[in-house]
Amino acid sequence: MRKVWDFHGGIHPAENKYQSLHTPIRQAGIPAQLTYPLSQHIGAPAKPIVEVGQQVLKGEMIARADGFVSVPVHASTSGTIVAIEERMVAHPSGLPAPCIVLESDGRDQWVELRGIDDYHQLDKPALLEIIRQAGIAGMGGAGFPAAVKLGVNPQAGKIETLVINGTECEPYITADDILMRERADEIIGGTRILQHLVEPTETLLGIEDNKPEAIAALLAAAQGTDVEIVVIPTKYPSGGERQLIEILSGKQVPSGGLPANIGVVCLNIGTALAIYRAVTHGEPLISRITTVTGEALEQPQNFEVLLGSPMRFLLDQAGFQAERSTRLVMGGPMMGFTVMDDEAPIVNTTNCLLAPTETELPPPSPTQACIRCGLCADACPASLLPQQLYWFAVGKEYEKLENHKLFDCIECGACSFVCPSSIPLVQYYRASKAEVLQARKDLAKSDHARLRYEARDERLERESLEKEAKRKARKEAAEERARQAAAAGNEAEADPIQAAIDRARAKKAAAQQAASDQPPTGETPPADAAQLAIAKAMAARATNSGQSPLEKAEAKLKRLRERLANSETKLQQSQAADADDTIINALQSALEKLRPKLAEAERELASLQEQNEA
Amino acid sequence: MRVTSPHAHGPLSTAEVMRAVLIASLPGIVALTHFFGFGVLVNILWACLVALGCEALALALRKRPIGFYLNDASALVTATLLAIAMPPGSPWWLILVGVAFSILIAKHLYGGLGYNPFNPAMVGYVVLLISFPVEMTAWLTPAGVEATNTPGILAALQACFAPDTIDAITMATPLDLLRQNNSLLLEDLWLQTPQYGRWAGIGWEWANIGFLIGGLWLLYRRIFTWHAPVAMLTSLALMSAIFFDGGSSASGGSPLFHMLSGGTMFGAFFIVTDPVTSAVSNHGRLVYGALIGLLIFLIRVWGNYPDAVAFSVLLMNFAAPFIDYYTQPKTYGHGGSEG
Repeated sequence: MRKVWDFHGGIHPAENKYQSLHTPIRQAGIPAQLTYPLSQHIGAPAKPIVEVGQQVLKGEMIARADGFVSVPVHASTSGTIVAIEERMVAHPSGLPAPCIVLESDGRDQWVELRGIDDYHQLDKPALLEIIRQAGIAGMGGAGFPAAVKLGVNPQAGKIETLVINGTECEPYITADDILMRERADEIIGGTRILQHLVEPTETLLGIEDNKPEAIAALLAAAQGTDVEIVVIPTKYPSGGERQLIEILSGKQVPSGGLPANIGVVCLNIGTALAIYRAVTHGEPLISRITTVTGEALEQPQNFEVLLGSPMRFLLDQAGFQAERSTRLVMGGPMMGFTVMDDEAPIVNTTNCLLAPTETELPPPSPTQACIRCGLCADACPASLLPQQLYWFAVGKEYEKLENHKLFDCIECGACSFVCPSSIPLVQYYRASKAEVLQARKDLAKSDHARLRYEARDERLERESLEKEAKRKARKEAAEERARQAAAAGNEAEADPIQAAIDRARAKKAAAQQAASDQPPTGETPPADAAQLAIAKAMAARATNSGQSPLEKAEAKLKRLRERLANSETKLQQSQAADADDTIINALQSALEKLRPKLAEAERELASLQEQNEA
Repeated sequence: MRVTSPHAHGPLSTAEVMRAVLIASLPGIVALTHFFGFGVLVNILWACLVALGCEALALALRKRPIGFYLNDASALVTATLLAIAMPPGSPWWLILVGVAFSILIAKHLYGGLGYNPFNPAMVGYVVLLISFPVEMTAWLTPAGVEATNTPGILAALQACFAPDTIDAITMATPLDLLRQNNSLLLEDLWLQTPQYGRWAGIGWEWANIGFLIGGLWLLYRRIFTWHAPVAMLTSLALMSAIFFDGGSSASGGSPLFHMLSGGTMFGAFFIVTDPVTSAVSNHGRLVYGALIGLLIFLIRVWGNYPDAVAFSVLLMNFAAPFIDYYTQPKTYGHGGSEG
């Protein structure tokens, strides 16, 4: 027997696995309509490459990967694309997400598949590309794209250990269990492809000891290979990637790091099987095993279901009694989330649909005070102090939350499970994580603003210092000149400022003298008239700037009309006063010139108004 | 129904924890009653009544649902623990003052269950011990010492509710005697004073064994971890072994004597284990328990009070946040267990 390690904490909730294991895997069949969310995993959503109305075949790619951490989506049966729009999906947020909707034609006609007989002949990039194009994302929890996981080149160097996760520690779920019982050969086949790809020194398939049939099947299938089946004690959450790695290797994945940092890569058995089918048969990932269980169902069982099938499609086949069900959970009772709409589609991470009755999973009891009993700390697989985290979460003490390693919480729910005061601890941690991230963002933003402000302050100070220096230099230069002039003995130039003032005074006196000499007239003096004109022009410009073309045109028209009216009155006055002919002629010719200008302005305004109305 | 994970919940509830503590105190209570009479039970019942009244009053003043919080049984635990610590047959007003102080001041003024930095029962006890030293040290002569009869139900009720009408025979406790002794070898002290029994004081040794049994049962039920009580008992045993001195007249008493005297076992399993006021991590609880054991010995042997559980616990309640700061466990992935 191989040595296995233990991890801190963990719990033993009621397993409730037998209910769904009475019958073998059942084919769920083809629903009328299937929905494919474009984002089924961590990473960028896929980009649709089909149009509404397009006929597609089973296995045909309908959305391509967009970016490195992204996987394509394939049609899981043949039919017609009927919509590309937001639909309800199974997500904790309960929000709709972009989806491709396919109406099946019932023929289930495959696209032409090209499998590979001997994968040993392929180089690694080609194998990775097959896995990537097959749309394979982790079938366990987060649904991380498998090709990305396998393609990561660890800085630490070589992958020593390949871990295949057959633990399935969540209560109720038996999808992996039954898959290992019925398709152990394909799982081992996929594991061997992974061995070829990763070239580990050891390959360990970890499985909990509560699955004896699956263990026997795997042992038989692994005969003659160097895949080691490691049976581990049953304890929740030993199926968590980091926990399983600690159980099998005694090593902990560094906080914030990847298993690759300690020479380990870990994949789920479902992922191994999908890789096997993708490589040897060319089949993309279009179906999975889903456990449908809970007391609100007449026949709990496991289905092989086409991805994109509505949840209701499975529930109905398992004898769902809606009136007895209190909630629908995707995933297990420890980490699953409530689904608000049973029309939401099955995706690659839908390992279980749980429809419990009220007595089976009663609603949470009212929360009582935390008595810091420490049961949570004893149960925490990450060796956190949940009671302290709770305290800090309630008090919104973000710094202390981070000091107490909030972000190492894997949200397994063990603390909430054991809490005698029924405190929804995980819920507090989820909310606090979001709050801390937001606080970090805000801090980065305010830091940025502060730096900019400080830089500006510095610049302004520098500039004022420079100005000051220049002024000083000028002053010194002037003083120097004055000293030199004084030294030269020139009295008049000795004080240039006094000289300048004297000069200005003399000029002013002369101007005043000139003005008083002129005879008083009704007309404004020419100098003042010019100033007035300038002021007018400036005012006009001031009002014009910021005006729309239409407003400008209107203003222009108004001005021209005023000028015309002015000229006409002047002409009449002149004629009435029997003025000089030359004056009358000049006024008339001015009027002649003004009229076409006015007409032009009117036309311009009309066209502008038309444009505006249009 | 929209509920966040986890959807499953374990069987334990806070009320269940409190009830378990009450049940676990039974063997010790039985032993105390056997040796000190029905005053023990009258103490407990009267204290519980007062506690429920005070708790309801505080909850009403704080506008909390009274029924819901009374159901958690935490007030009953506080009252029972305080009543056990008090001399059997204490007058009603003494118990009233102690329990009211525990519940109203030490518990609810600090925010109620879970928020009190100091163990409420021990706060009440210390308040009484300092304010009413005569009443608080008047321990009845236990059964089996000379030809005394322990009070029956009526006498116990009379002692409690009409304390002026009765004369009880009290005697110095074994811890008292040991502290006052400065001339006799321990062996002679044992022979000359009737209070000493097989391993420690008559009656006291069995009460301690009773509380030990209850504590072990709580450990078995995983109501608390072993860390704090084991650390406390170990450090107390170590200290007494170091200063045993072969049983001279200056001896501090044998380890066995300290284990089974005064409030040792009661403190170790029912007071030190109070999760609210202790250190939180298991490492922290080791430190917390060990320091309490050390303080108990120091105060018992060189202090002014014959027993020291309450003072030691309160002093370490002060230190618990400080201990927490230095005993935070190593989180997964932070270099805890490297292959």
